[in-house]
Amino acid sequence: MSTSLINWFKFASPASFYPMAGRLVPWFSAAALLLAAAGLWVGLAIAPTDAQQGEGYRIIFVHVPASWMSMFIYCVMAFWSALGLSFNTRLSGMMTSALAPTGALFAFLSLWTGSLWGKPMWGAWWVWDARLTSQLILFFLYLGFIALQAAIDDPRRADKAGAILALVGVVNVPIIYFSVQWWNTLHQGASVSMTKAPSMAHTMLAGMLLMALAFWAYTIAMALIRVRCIILERELTSEWVKKNAME
Amino acid sequence: MQWNSWSEFWAMGGYGLYVWGSFGACLLGMTLEPWLLLRRRRAIQARLPRKESIR
Repeated sequence: MSTSLINWFKFASPASFYPMAGRLVPWFSAAALLLAAAGLWVGLAIAPTDAQQGEGYRIIFVHVPASWMSMFIYCVMAFWSALGLSFNTRLSGMMTSALAPTGALFAFLSLWTGSLWGKPMWGAWWVWDARLTSQLILFFLYLGFIALQAAIDDPRRADKAGAILALVGVVNVPIIYFSVQWWNTLHQGASVSMTKAPSMAHTMLAGMLLMALAFWAYTIAMALIRVRCIILERELTSEWVKKNAME
Repeated sequence: MQWNSWSEFWAMGGYGLYVWGSFGACLLGMTLEPWLLLRRRRAIQARLPRKESIR
């Protein structure tokens, strides 16, 4: 066993992760606020009017970041679940549970803002299109995960059951991502992708990326605050919590 | 700067309801979540032996 391996596992213990998470929260909260302020300024004041969609396109500055985060958070949950099932670490399950409500919020916001975008552009609040339907399933997967964990009294068993749901459900994420290519959908294709240059004005892109980074920092801050709550709730009777609380 | 007046800004070229409905929902959700978390944290701290927060 090399020392690097031991250091890796050091923060897998809730007692040592708890204070580190607490130190990170203010930084990520401040970053979220600053990035959101910059993103809103660029997106609402500087970015030009869209040639086809007028000012209505500005929904993109919240719709795309919320949708990206809803998919990304589910992938991170699946990652922690795989780690938790493989190494049987307590913290993995706590991280998975800490991310789920934020993921559910973003999945909901993605659907809500999408609906408000769809009405003026397509003439319908909702259509049963591949992209929209698979995103709705993602929202239900989040709700199912939260409900499943809430229904099991023993937290360690709840973690295991949730981990399996997260791992099975993650198959939906590539389906959402590629739905606009695989099926004929009303939803437009990706404006930003890994393989080709973005098909939008530079300031539009900058606003969207700033907002995405803001949502990212927000998610990390929320997950860290929530995981600290979960750690305390589960370890309220343990020695390290008592000792720290008495000081 | 894209706008000549505040009323033009709020109108969003006729898309005001949709744009502000989206941004408003995000603002509401992303304010409510930290607020609920803060309440949850206070509730746990009330159950701790002493009231000080643990670091």
